Amino acid sequence: MTYLDDKSIYGPVSDWATDFDHADPEYNKNAHAIWDQLRGQCPVAHTERYGGTWLPVTHEYVHEIAYDTDHFSSRGVVVATVKPSDNPDAPPAPIGGAPPITSDPPFHQHARRLLLPAFSPKVIDGWEPEIRKLCRELIAEMGDVDHVDAAVQYAQHIPVNVIARMLGFPLEDSDLFRSFVHNVLEAINLTPGARLEAFQELDAYISKQVQDHIDNPRDDLTNFLLEAKIFDQPLTPQHVTGTIILLLIAGIDTTWSAIGSSIWHLATNPVDRRRLVDNPALMPTAIEEFLRAYAPVTMARVVKEDYNFHGAEMKENDWVLLPFPAANRDPNEFPDADKVLIDREVNRHAAFGLGIHRCLGSNLARLELRVAVEEFIAAFPDFELAINEEVKWSVGQIRGPRELPVRVNSRR
Amino acid sequence: MRVTVDQSKCQGHNRCYALAPELFDVDDYGNAHEIGDGTVPPESVERARLAVANCPEYAITLIED
Repeated sequence: MTYLDDKSIYGPVSDWATDFDHADPEYNKNAHAIWDQLRGQCPVAHTERYGGTWLPVTHEYVHEIAYDTDHFSSRGVVVATVKPSDNPDAPPAPIGGAPPITSDPPFHQHARRLLLPAFSPKVIDGWEPEIRKLCRELIAEMGDVDHVDAAVQYAQHIPVNVIARMLGFPLEDSDLFRSFVHNVLEAINLTPGARLEAFQELDAYISKQVQDHIDNPRDDLTNFLLEAKIFDQPLTPQHVTGTIILLLIAGIDTTWSAIGSSIWHLATNPVDRRRLVDNPALMPTAIEEFLRAYAPVTMARVVKEDYNFHGAEMKENDWVLLPFPAANRDPNEFPDADKVLIDREVNRHAAFGLGIHRCLGSNLARLELRVAVEEFIAAFPDFELAINEEVKWSVGQIRGPRELPVRVNSRR
Repeated sequence: MRVTVDQSKCQGHNRCYALAPELFDVDDYGNAHEIGDGTVPPESVERARLAVANCPEYAITLIED
């Protein structure tokens, strides 16, 4: 499997308001400061990169675009060098390449409704013992050392394992899944040719797994999709493959990022760590606050036709980033938006999006995040960032630590 | 006092069900609705207010009798 490097076709960013690039390593590293700066300067930043991209940073504007399916299409949700309009093979609206995340009304609700029951709260709750067991195994595998990488040895393994089981894919392919995630979501600023090649590799892998499920049917989400119907018709092979790509890619580094960022917060804020260790009753508000303050996911839309959005002259097929994490830090929506308050009781955050595309896996993500944090602090009640080692942040629309070296000061 | 969930606004964030399961339930699709006629007993008033204040879609209304 090709693990694409991060060689950009663009140079470093010169100005965040007029030339931003979410794939510049400085972006995610300094995201909170950049959004704060832009909110004061221009609520909709712009860049010529990726063929023209807009970045609204207030809660009001992010909310408005998320609800406005008349002017904004979900046909493309990952801002990259290949636009759907430039790719003759890209499936058209309203279905898109990975339904339902790439679908628009009216088709969207039908594709979404198929999947909702498998991810509903009561079904997802059943996964808790499995997730807890997995977290404990990962901690046990770390051995009796005082130095661990909470991203590489812990966070990144949790969601991969669960989604592979749900889809009925080989657990031993988890390194491969992470390379797919990297190529789709991080290697976004390569030449269009390199990017399309990466997608062909992903398609080929999924087709192989689908064929195996056709030949050997079993009780999992892949066979469910193969038997599912919309309007009394089986799903097209493209729909099945696209939905599997969505389920495989969307749940992995998003949740791993949320787990990593939460552990990063506790490693850098000893008072919060001690409070949470001493008082587990704070866990529900703490988890929602981590989701607000470190929301990992920025989505994207495509402008349907030329549109003046509050003075921003958007052109047909321009990209629009939807930074829910920036909306979550807007002081006009949240008091003390820049402070992380683990006992914050009123917290109407948008970590899982707003409107019809609310994250399908939100119940699973929240469960994995809570159990992962519970088990980590239960095993390591005292830890901090390792001295003289760097935290490495992701690049692109999903923000979270990819390397998180921590020193363990006490264990149970 | 009663709570109601606007079905046209609920997107299944599941915040109300997590905060006040005695007042809200979710269906097989993860969408929430109030239990019964939504009457809020005195011991649930605070949780009802929190459910309203935490709904990302502004889908829940508190009706004071």
